[in-house]
Amino acid sequence: MRLSCPFCGPRDSAEFTILGDAGVTRPDPDAPDAPAAFFEAVYLRDNPAGPHREYWYHGAGCRQWLVVGRDTVTHEIFDVTLARRP
Amino acid sequence: MSGYRLPGGGAIDRTRPLGFSFDGRPFQGYAGDTLASALLAEGVGLVARSFKYHRPRGVVTAGSEEPNALVELRTGARREPNTKATTVEIYDGLKAASQNRWPSLGFDVGAVNSLLSPVFVAGFYYKTFMWPAAFWEKVYEPAIRKAAGLGRGAGLPDPDLYEKANAFCDVLVIGGGPAGLAAALAAGRSGARTILADEDFLFGGRLNAERLEIAEKAGADWAAEAVAELASLPHVTLMPRTTVFGVYDGETYAALERVADHLAVPPPHQPRQRLWRIQARQSVLAAGAIERPLVFGGNDRPGVMSAAAVRAYLNRFAVAPGRRAAVFTTGDDGWKTVADLIEAGVEIAAVIDARTGIAHDHEALAAAHDIRLFAGAVVTGTRGGRALHAVQIRDAGGGTRTIACDLLAVAGGWNPNVALSTHLGGKPEWRADIAGFVPGPALPPGMAVAGACAGRMNLGDCLADGFRLGAAATGTTPPEAPETGPDATTATPLWRIAGTRGKCFVDFQHDVTDRDVALAAREGFRSVEHLKRYTTLGMATDQGKTANLNGHALMAALTGRGIAETGTTRFRPPYVPVAIGALAGPHRGPDFKPTRLTAAHGFSAEMGAVFTEAGQWLRPQYYPRPGESDWLESVTREVKAVRGDVGICDVSTLGRIEIQGPDARHLLDLAYCNMFSTLAVGRARYGVMLREDGFVMDDGTTARLGPEHFVMSTTTANAARVMQHLDFLRQVLRPEWDVQCASATEHWAMFAVAGPRSRALLQDLLGDAFDVAGLPHMGAAEFRWGRARVRLFRLSFSGERAYEIAVPARFGQALMRRICDLGATPYGTEALGVMRIEKGHVSGPELNGQTTAADLGLGRMMSKKKDFIGRVLAGRPGLCDPARPALVGLKPVDRGRRLRGGGHFLRPGAAPVIANAEGHVTSAAYSPGLGHWIALGLLAHGPSRHGETMLVHDPLRDGDTLVEICDPVFLDPEGSRLHA
Ligand SMILES: [Zn+2]
Repeated sequence: MRLSCPFCGPRDSAEFTILGDAGVTRPDPDAPDAPAAFFEAVYLRDNPAGPHREYWYHGAGCRQWLVVGRDTVTHEIFDVTLARRP
Repeated sequence: MSGYRLPGGGAIDRTRPLGFSFDGRPFQGYAGDTLASALLAEGVGLVARSFKYHRPRGVVTAGSEEPNALVELRTGARREPNTKATTVEIYDGLKAASQNRWPSLGFDVGAVNSLLSPVFVAGFYYKTFMWPAAFWEKVYEPAIRKAAGLGRGAGLPDPDLYEKANAFCDVLVIGGGPAGLAAALAAGRSGARTILADEDFLFGGRLNAERLEIAEKAGADWAAEAVAELASLPHVTLMPRTTVFGVYDGETYAALERVADHLAVPPPHQPRQRLWRIQARQSVLAAGAIERPLVFGGNDRPGVMSAAAVRAYLNRFAVAPGRRAAVFTTGDDGWKTVADLIEAGVEIAAVIDARTGIAHDHEALAAAHDIRLFAGAVVTGTRGGRALHAVQIRDAGGGTRTIACDLLAVAGGWNPNVALSTHLGGKPEWRADIAGFVPGPALPPGMAVAGACAGRMNLGDCLADGFRLGAAATGTTPPEAPETGPDATTATPLWRIAGTRGKCFVDFQHDVTDRDVALAAREGFRSVEHLKRYTTLGMATDQGKTANLNGHALMAALTGRGIAETGTTRFRPPYVPVAIGALAGPHRGPDFKPTRLTAAHGFSAEMGAVFTEAGQWLRPQYYPRPGESDWLESVTREVKAVRGDVGICDVSTLGRIEIQGPDARHLLDLAYCNMFSTLAVGRARYGVMLREDGFVMDDGTTARLGPEHFVMSTTTANAARVMQHLDFLRQVLRPEWDVQCASATEHWAMFAVAGPRSRALLQDLLGDAFDVAGLPHMGAAEFRWGRARVRLFRLSFSGERAYEIAVPARFGQALMRRICDLGATPYGTEALGVMRIEKGHVSGPELNGQTTAADLGLGRMMSKKKDFIGRVLAGRPGLCDPARPALVGLKPVDRGRRLRGGGHFLRPGAAPVIANAEGHVTSAAYSPGLGHWIALGLLAHGPSRHGETMLVHDPLRDGDTLVEICDPVFLDPEGSRLHA
């Protein structure tokens, strides 16, 4: 499998590490329901069969965190964007 | 069977005879021979015993689909089992041996399994060896392994080298037969980067095996000219002896190049095999087709051979596989074999054509050569022991005849070789007109299928396909395909022959018969996937290349379904077996992963250091001196040197991360559980980092070198992980912050200089460059010292007055040497460990991913004034429970006893069961200062239990030891030594 890094171009998947669901955001730690929200964010993850957005890190390349749109069934990669939102 | 070499012809070099041996007997072949062709030429028909029933077996095919002729190759450390004689190129001195027989190939005791065949039917593993379970490991499995099996590994380290390489191309053409050559020509002429890979050592595929004509030339000559043209094109790479064995995501193909398998020993500095990872924008799959066997009684007897293989042996290798042949065909294809046998002068005993209407020119051919022709007839059985003597046929009228022959050529139709088209989940499609599965529409991205592999069996179509798809892959106009001679290939499928005698094999390699398929159908294992698992059909090393369709068609007939509806199984990589050595490549033994050496490694080695692995790093563990009897004596001396004088330890393996920017302090506040934004410039602070789930991730010291410049230390093990974590925090969680991180681990060499004399030594060293006495505890400074930039920190892991001095890596070795010249004793990770245990500092065994800051006695470090990663979940009731095992110190009640890590805490008298375990010992050391062993551990309610006596239960080593629970700081709790 190869990922097209916005900086480095198409590179072998061995250069990347996956973290997981990019749809999860870090909850507000000061909200009254923070413990439940953090528990949800850290432990209760979906495992969809089909399109998925994931965080990948190009550790052996540009060291950027990327958001990869990937189909978990066909392994098709739709797009790769920088995780940092300007 | 009694094969012989034809007097002329063939793509062999008769001027280069090669001697080889099989089962110790000497033989001779020629350059260009495979082991199979050379054995057949020498009249050797029996080459193997079958897997389950130990039936005598001969060569059936002339390619990598061979199910029978598996042999052991070479001897000693190079011995390799299960190599296919049909693909092995002979070389002078080759030693081959049959396998799976005892005591000899001709007389095999295991053949008695044939008599026990009712026991060995489908599902026999599941049924026969069910009870008692304990028998499996001790009785059943060893017995089965001895009786059945596929050759022996060498059992010695492989002496050869294996390589990995990458290739990139616009068009990868898989298979060098007519379609593949045409595709490569079309792509190569356009200037595209083209790779043509073929598993054979000779390009041309069936053009070498058949007497075909292209552009009024012999097919083999046309192939040779095509190869010459390809070799002259600058962007074309020809890869013979290279099997593309897998298709992967991202247009990635895996291929194995057999660089030196055709030589006795690889040439100097050459690998034996090379594993290629090929990136190809487009590929043309021109893998051809495989002739399928017919299912009749005794169809596995040596002498029964694929009719296409017979042609390959006649035409390419100039070998007649027998002296009196019969041909059994279901279509026109078998008549090519008839013609080629006539041409070679081999006597033909009979042609058995299962069809009733036989074309006039076939009839005329038979008549002209006085060959007995049985139309509408079938072979119902074979006679002979270890070689074919006769076949039994049933003619159109139902009469039975016996025909003496030593070779039966069987033409059952062709199965397109779809394997690579299914590796990414593609589903083959049934084509009734050719009675075979072809690649379905869901092909791997970028792949097109050409020629026989796509079900176009005729030579003209193969060439046209290749030219068309090679041109399409490069966006060019296809060249005009040359004229070809006639090449009709039609077959009427014949899946099962009624009323045959003897075992009818479907899967030769796994000894699966038609009765096994029938049993599976009766017992309800009717889906092709169930059939496969229940009978092991197609599960042998050949993945059922010759077997699957026959098995599936039988199942379709038995269950009253069509073949399309019954379906077929998919193939998986690798297409052919690939040696683990090739997959591992050079990454074996110590080269499994890179070895990282610190800048001062050479000096430590000079000082006699014993090294230990820390991840990829080698770190000095201790520095034995002459006269020291064991490691403990050396380590004790090193500890005493530090505590009484001064020592130096190479700590360059700790991760170092430069953090700069206006928001650097915010990043540290978010990453660490304690506060860093208040840290003054020129000071350092110990920090603890949590994961978001509230557990400790890493610890280390971070110093502030400027208002917007910090340098962080991580543990050796977590350096990369912390870097990734910080990048996540700043890029993903706080992209608005202006802060940059850079790994600087390898840029600096760093040494701990510890002991009461450390200050004086460093002052001697640095002279006027820096006032060491002016650096306070937890101070940090950066200054120039001659040509070097120096960073000096006053930090202590040992509890002594201590410094960490860092210089650019290129100065590291000189610096360590200089410090030792000034009288410092080098110490390693063992002494470091002893001293940190004496001080109760936590390290790897305590930072095990399951401990919280509170568990480690660091709970009060967690700031209440700011947010940090892990804060919310660290506050979960379960993580704040005082019953959680927490850090304690321990001393043996009997001070003479040794302590070791890993033992479990039990209350004295409690039963040694896991429910009674209250924690465990994490780290232990002999304390030279205290004169006895000490340890750290994690004990439930630990901090409130100082003074209690507990039992450390260690059933694996020293048994049980009574210990006294105490404060984890054994030495100098008030910290006065830091300022000595
Ligand atoms: Zn990148």
